[in-house]
Amino acid sequence: MRRAFINTLLELAEKDPDLYLLTGDTGFTILEEFQKRFPGRYYNIGISEAAMIGVSAGLAMSGKTVFVYTIVPFVTMRCFEQVRIDLCYQNLPVKLVGVGQGFTYGTAGATHHAIEDIAIMRALPNMTVICPGGPIETKKAVEESMKLSGPCYIRLGKSGEATVHESSDISFTIGKGIKVRDGEGVALVATSNMVPVAAEAADLLKKEGIDPVVVSMHTVKPVDRELIADLSQSCFLIATLEEHNVIGGLGSAVGDVILEEDLPVRLVKFAIPDVYAPVVGSQQYLREQFGLTPGQVFSRIKNEIL
Amino acid sequence: MEKISTEIRKRLVTMHQTGSHFGSAMSIVDILTVLYFKIMNIPSPDDPDRDRFILSKGHATSAWYTTLAKKGFFPEEILDTYLDDGGQLYGHPVRGGVPGVEASTGSLGHGINIGIGMALAAQNDGKDYKVYVLMGDGELQEGSVWEGAMLASRLKLDNLVAIIDANKLQGFDRVENIQPINTFRGKWEAFGWIVKEVDGHDHGELEATFHEVPFKSGCPSVVIAHTIKCKGVPEMENKFESHYLSVPKDKVEQYVKELDEER
Ligand SMILES: [Mg+2]
Repeated sequence: MRRAFINTLLELAEKDPDLYLLTGDTGFTILEEFQKRFPGRYYNIGISEAAMIGVSAGLAMSGKTVFVYTIVPFVTMRCFEQVRIDLCYQNLPVKLVGVGQGFTYGTAGATHHAIEDIAIMRALPNMTVICPGGPIETKKAVEESMKLSGPCYIRLGKSGEATVHESSDISFTIGKGIKVRDGEGVALVATSNMVPVAAEAADLLKKEGIDPVVVSMHTVKPVDRELIADLSQSCFLIATLEEHNVIGGLGSAVGDVILEEDLPVRLVKFAIPDVYAPVVGSQQYLREQFGLTPGQVFSRIKNEIL
Repeated sequence: MEKISTEIRKRLVTMHQTGSHFGSAMSIVDILTVLYFKIMNIPSPDDPDRDRFILSKGHATSAWYTTLAKKGFFPEEILDTYLDDGGQLYGHPVRGGVPGVEASTGSLGHGINIGIGMALAAQNDGKDYKVYVLMGDGELQEGSVWEGAMLASRLKLDNLVAIIDANKLQGFDRVENIQPINTFRGKWEAFGWIVKEVDGHDHGELEATFHEVPFKSGCPSVVIAHTIKCKGVPEMENKFESHYLSVPKDKVEQYVKELDEER
């Protein structure tokens, strides 16, 4: 996904002489090409995230389009107040790009896990939260983010993420979920790196005669209320899937809509149960600990239905 | 010029019958007067080539509002609505809240980095404008200030000017009794800035110093302006309580009279 991001950014920077990229000293082997081609618009600010966000605001206030790139906790939490005031309060079109969704940096430890980012970014007025489900959606998300007049947060993985789309030519609109496959009865609504997990779980369910809808809810804020209402017509159960804390993420966003619209549908949340990972683990291992693998999703859905 | 500062201070006396930070505002009046009436080139608040000013110590915004109104960017009557429900004038500045307010601040340690972004854009676009960022001396306890101090000198932003309102007081006490930073000249120099110290109430000295910017080509400049908190109101001068207290109704006339006489 990092590769998809930077390749898209290179294309955009070619066309837009006011596009800047800032990094907080991360992105080794990813950002060099941008630096080489656009040296006056690339700044490694150093390990100073608060300053980096302030600088991005000042550049945006001077007519620049700024992408700020670093690992999720350092672009959302370390400098949270700068994001809140400098970007959101002032409503500036700065794009925060966080690398390492969920347990991407599993063995690095919980300092590097990204499990609260969606919740805290969602809580900020003016902020748009986009969690692309793979490289194809990443490219589209970055392109579409150029149309936003306010700040956005784009949550990325690292490398080797699966895609669920057969073609790279997908229709992608910020705020509109994508039906990856149609079905009925059950809807698997996933975001970010759980979209491929949802697709695999759907394959397993299909073998049992259950034909779930699979949705990539790439924009968690504003969440696609229309699509959720629509799903509640054809499904009796919506399962949300996210590699994120159970509080404040996709499950909460979808749950809010169900309650507010009084939709006749059950909600099951697949998420991290409000804990920091208690043991060392790779992404795959930690997913297993929290019931986030396709097989576990399949089993729990089956149990919920029977 | 001194007359303008006195007019601003008299206005602040009336405005501050409600709310806090009277002393913080009175402290920076001369700096603002000199910048807005002698130094900065701002043909209109949205001129792309205008000089930029950021009030990083946002709690002193009443002085900024008043200066902008005196400058003619918006009608002075709006000042009468300071802190009023439904009004435009919050106790900390909001970008675009009234014409001329460049940045939303109020949480300390933000202004310098926003200023760096603006100065960097000017440098890269070949524009001549300068960026002035006014900070408090207590504010220098924020780590983000020093992240910016490091960065600005590395980026060789000689179009950036930091001004420290060194009134020696902060929320609870004298700065030196809380977190001594009174050697901050050396700190800025160590971070690659060129420092000049001035009497922050002496218009001539302020003007002459700002005219020397950049103090050295390729380096950011910092002006340490030695000031008196609540300058112009003898019984409140140099008292940290002036950070919080409003002006009592029965004192307004006396304070205004003293300001007139001092002039
Ligand atoms: Mg002070």
